[in-house]
Amino acid sequence: MNFTPPAIDYFALSPMIVIFAAAIVSVLVEAFAPRTIRRFLQLLIVFGALLTSAVLIVLNAGTRTVTGGGAVVIDGPALVMMGTIVVLSILGAALMAERSIDPVGDSFAARASSLPGSEDERQLTQRGYLQTEIWPLTLFAVLGMLLFVTANNLLLMFVALEIISLPLYLMTGMARRRRLLSQEASLKYFLLGVFASAFYLYGAALVYGYSGSIFFPEIAQSLTSKPSESIVVFIGMGMLIIGPLFKIGAVPFHQWVPDVYQGAPTAVVGFMAATVKVAAFGALLRILYVAFGGVRWDWDPLIWIVAVASMILGSIVALLQTDIKRLLGYSWIAQAGFILVGLAAASPAGLESTMFYVIAYGFATVGTFAVISMVRDANGEATNLAAWAGIGRKSPLVASALSLFLLGLAGIPLTSGFVSKFAVFVAAIEAGATWLVIIGVIASLIAAFFYVRIVVIMFFAEPTEQTASVVVPSAFTTISLSAGVAVTLILGIFPQPVLDMLSNAGLFLR
Amino acid sequence: MNVYTPIFILGALAFGFAAFSVVIAGFTGPKRYNRAKYDAYECGIEPTPQPIGGGRFPVKYYLTAMMFIIFDIELVFLYPWAVAFDQLGAFGLVAMMLFLLNLAVPYVYEWRRGGLEWD
Amino acid sequence: MTEILPAEGVFSLLWVLIALPAAGALILLLGGRRTNTWGPYLGILTVVGSAVIAVLMLLAMMAEPAEQRTVIQNVYDWVFVGSFQVSFALQLDQLSIVFVLLITLVGALIFIYSLGYMAHDPDRRKFFAYLNLFVAAMLLLVLANNYLLLYVGWEGVGLASYLLIGFWQRKPTAAAAAKKAFVINRVGDVGLSVAIMLIFVTFGSVTFQDVFGQVGEANEGTLTAIGLLLLLAAAGKSAQFPLQAWLLDAMEGPTPVSALIHAATMVTAGVYLIARSNAIYNAATWAATAVVVVGLITIFMGAIIGSAKDDIKKSLAGSTMSQIGYMVFAAGLGPIGYVFAIFHLLTHGVFKAGLFLGAGSVMHGMNDGVNMRRYGALKGVMVITFITFMAGYLAIIGIPPFSGFWSKDEIIHAAFERNSIIGAAAILAAGITGFYMTRMVAMTFFGKKRWEDDVHPHESPKVMTIPLIILAIGSTFMGMALLFWGNIEYWLEPVVGYESVPTPLPTWVYIVVTLVVVIIGAIIGWVTYARKDVPIEAPRGNLLTRAARQDLYGDAINDVLVVEPTYKSAHALTTFDNKAVDGFVTWTASFVGDLSKRLRRSQTGFARSYALSMVGGAIILLVALILVRLS
Repeated sequence: MNFTPPAIDYFALSPMIVIFAAAIVSVLVEAFAPRTIRRFLQLLIVFGALLTSAVLIVLNAGTRTVTGGGAVVIDGPALVMMGTIVVLSILGAALMAERSIDPVGDSFAARASSLPGSEDERQLTQRGYLQTEIWPLTLFAVLGMLLFVTANNLLLMFVALEIISLPLYLMTGMARRRRLLSQEASLKYFLLGVFASAFYLYGAALVYGYSGSIFFPEIAQSLTSKPSESIVVFIGMGMLIIGPLFKIGAVPFHQWVPDVYQGAPTAVVGFMAATVKVAAFGALLRILYVAFGGVRWDWDPLIWIVAVASMILGSIVALLQTDIKRLLGYSWIAQAGFILVGLAAASPAGLESTMFYVIAYGFATVGTFAVISMVRDANGEATNLAAWAGIGRKSPLVASALSLFLLGLAGIPLTSGFVSKFAVFVAAIEAGATWLVIIGVIASLIAAFFYVRIVVIMFFAEPTEQTASVVVPSAFTTISLSAGVAVTLILGIFPQPVLDMLSNAGLFLR
Repeated sequence: MNVYTPIFILGALAFGFAAFSVVIAGFTGPKRYNRAKYDAYECGIEPTPQPIGGGRFPVKYYLTAMMFIIFDIELVFLYPWAVAFDQLGAFGLVAMMLFLLNLAVPYVYEWRRGGLEWD
Repeated sequence: MTEILPAEGVFSLLWVLIALPAAGALILLLGGRRTNTWGPYLGILTVVGSAVIAVLMLLAMMAEPAEQRTVIQNVYDWVFVGSFQVSFALQLDQLSIVFVLLITLVGALIFIYSLGYMAHDPDRRKFFAYLNLFVAAMLLLVLANNYLLLYVGWEGVGLASYLLIGFWQRKPTAAAAAKKAFVINRVGDVGLSVAIMLIFVTFGSVTFQDVFGQVGEANEGTLTAIGLLLLLAAAGKSAQFPLQAWLLDAMEGPTPVSALIHAATMVTAGVYLIARSNAIYNAATWAATAVVVVGLITIFMGAIIGSAKDDIKKSLAGSTMSQIGYMVFAAGLGPIGYVFAIFHLLTHGVFKAGLFLGAGSVMHGMNDGVNMRRYGALKGVMVITFITFMAGYLAIIGIPPFSGFWSKDEIIHAAFERNSIIGAAAILAAGITGFYMTRMVAMTFFGKKRWEDDVHPHESPKVMTIPLIILAIGSTFMGMALLFWGNIEYWLEPVVGYESVPTPLPTWVYIVVTLVVVIIGAIIGWVTYARKDVPIEAPRGNLLTRAARQDLYGDAINDVLVVEPTYKSAHALTTFDNKAVDGFVTWTASFVGDLSKRLRRSQTGFARSYALSMVGGAIILLVALILVRLS
């Protein structure tokens, strides 16, 4: 038996390698560096690695290659997704690095393992301990996302899914305040996430059993070459996409979303809401367009059902929420539905518009959570909408920024959300799913109502004693917030350069 | 005959066996309850929390379990590599060393964080 | 096809028309308290600037031959996705210029009036900022060269209207009214956005030129659908049946807002939309008929509501609905009506703005009281307001030579060209107009004093009366000027088309009949409300009056049809999401029996029900997948 080592294009893989190496170093820093300089070192490593990775992705522009023994594919869409993930991670990490909002320290529990409300916890807090394990976890999660959008076979995709998930489960449980809520969310997320992973794995097994290969292009080939005995492979495909559908919070795999949004530290939600959605849609697009692109008519109805259910349930249930984080959780569900409308088009326009949507959504989301983390009362973040009454009078600038994001999410013209919604709807209409778009338009009108409701509460309600105050943040949060504002406006008014970039990125490499 | 038929038959058998055992145990087994019988497991940790502040979790138990998993995985991958060592050559050696190095990192982390000190 | 003029000379300033008020809004909003002192003047200046440019453009346009009066300016390429291409391009033609002039000139007068009206309001700066925002959005709406950009303006004016209705949000009624306007308008917006998508699918483009050029190639079913959807949009924005309910509540906003947005300009956007889309309606007869029916129903609804309200602004709002009904009605008549719809829109914009500002002036002197049963005998106290209001009054009921006579007469005449029955209906509605407007004038300016004790009526300051005087002059002469000197029908013809067909009877017969009916209506009003004492408490009234006071039950119908089902389904879905999943577990338990009960007891926490619904959802999806595969 002759063994030839697989050819590996190290430069194409360098964005991931940098992140991985940084994550390992970051763990070692946790192990060896003295407590006093840990935070400084970790921030250096995290931002250094993310920026380097971003530069390497830009240098890789135009690469179209399959490497690592066929396991990893670097093509236009993959590079776009990777770039988006890394940039959003930088902004998300900046939110997590914020230390001047909470008077006690940063937004993470001093030690995640100490019992909530215990003497131990109190002492640690008093001594001003800061959590730094969050940073290696962040890097691992980013690594997982980069692999998720570049994976070219079922196995690597599964590994990537797990690398994303495990750190996020932990990060969810690390809130400094309301720790029980946070830990409950973490556990639920974990249990359901594992459950979804199991679906994925079982689906992968069925697909492999049918096609005899775990590589996406070969699965596509076998589907066209022997189409007769295919019921089982479709069951496999259905179970397979439950993994990414769970991650994007589409109905009926959505129940974790509101709990996690409410429980997790706000900075972490900002980070993961923006990036995971990009990664999961990247993976979903690749599975459906590359591996199952030839049998579009078989998976389209499934995506339709999920899209319609997500749009309607998300929009309508959000109407009655009183907690802003929970409300945004339902809004995430609805947004997932809108993006799926574009994905269902199964065309180059569908790919382009879906990517544009996740980019626009990601930046608006980071900005939204930056604002939420700044609105506080005596007990920490004030997430009850009652505490937001009249915020616009006290801090017009911050409230205007949040209004911009919300109007963007609602899809009001001259924001990024409008262009992205229009793009996905047009893609779907061109693909013949007019009725889906009509439902989408109606759902987006309902959704506009609850987004605008927050704006109204902020600007038109009289401030009461309950009204929270807006804390002045350090440069970290300010940077994330301004980046969010800038991108939301630019993508709304001058979307053309980005749209051009997306159409130049071309299609998936098969 | 479908290629999947055996899988389905196996699945049905497994499910049937599980259902059968639980149901039949309910009918035939003697019902003499004591405290131990109500425990979730006969080893390990009480799944329900102790009174607040009174019962601390012996986290060490899990740390040891994690340590076991680290070396277990290492072993699982070392075996096939050892079998095909000569064919895999230098590439295999380097890859395996990198793998071992990476696995050493969590070990080092656990050691430095006091995971190995069992009071 | 008309030739396109390059955007050169004064036309190169097209974008400035919009940019000026937009910049004003931006500076006022971002500048904060620093701009409190000079902000309002900046706001006025930007609008006046736009008005000056607009007048120059009109002059430049008149110098061109009639077929070459369309200017298109491409500001930049907005969205290019695959085959979907939209430019941020502006189009100025004979139709848009008249709107631009109406918006900027009437707008400028109302801005000046607001200086006085809002003098004591602490949030004056914000008020002017929103007004500026409105003007910018409205200009964008009428200058857009494609439906998508029009939609941007459409949403923009909706937003501004919402902000301004709720401007005094310390009043809960104002906040509720703003919300109501927003929600009802969104219903209309569904129509517009779906129509735009349908247009894109059918024609492959959303620019006016491309779409109207290809109307012949589309089948009539699609065109009818587009026409009806556009009508839905127009009904939402222009408060036409069945989306009329918000306009009456919108009177909670400051009076200048009611004059500018809810009488003169924004509410006529629907008429603009229909007139602009004339090519579509010409090809879709059923949709055009629907427009006529909606217009006719609204004419009567508005007139009846206007006859019953005691609140002067709400009565005027009913009248606005009714008059816009006339415009929509005329637009539905086809090429014989478009030009007169726009003509009436222009005259109405001026005299209704004058009436509203007059009402505002009365309220200003009456401690912001709006109940006409508490007015009376004001003609001696507020001489200027009285005289200017009378000019508006004579214009709206259509007494020659006041402006409303010319435009309304042309609409009635056009209606007879189509069909004598709808023509007769239009004349009858004119009679009701005569009645309720006389009632308003009689209750306000004539009769006995019914003032409350602490009210000391006085004439308003000059800054308010001068705009009133200018608008009164407009109400008097504008109709003649546009018709005889401006040749309005031939001016608009290249854009909206114009034709005239003979009517069964000579023209003067219609004029005389109309005048007689109007005067009868006015005499009934006079006899009822000026010759007799008006009771301070409103009498119970007959069935129709009571219904009209309730806005003809518009709210109740909306509640039953829209609001209740929405809330109920929201509650139901929430309950479903939180409870039914658990219920499903319970159901499963009893179904599978003892075994699963034991299994269930061994589990804790709600994650189980989440997981169960995931399984349920997965099964449903997989079954759907298999069914599709098998079918």
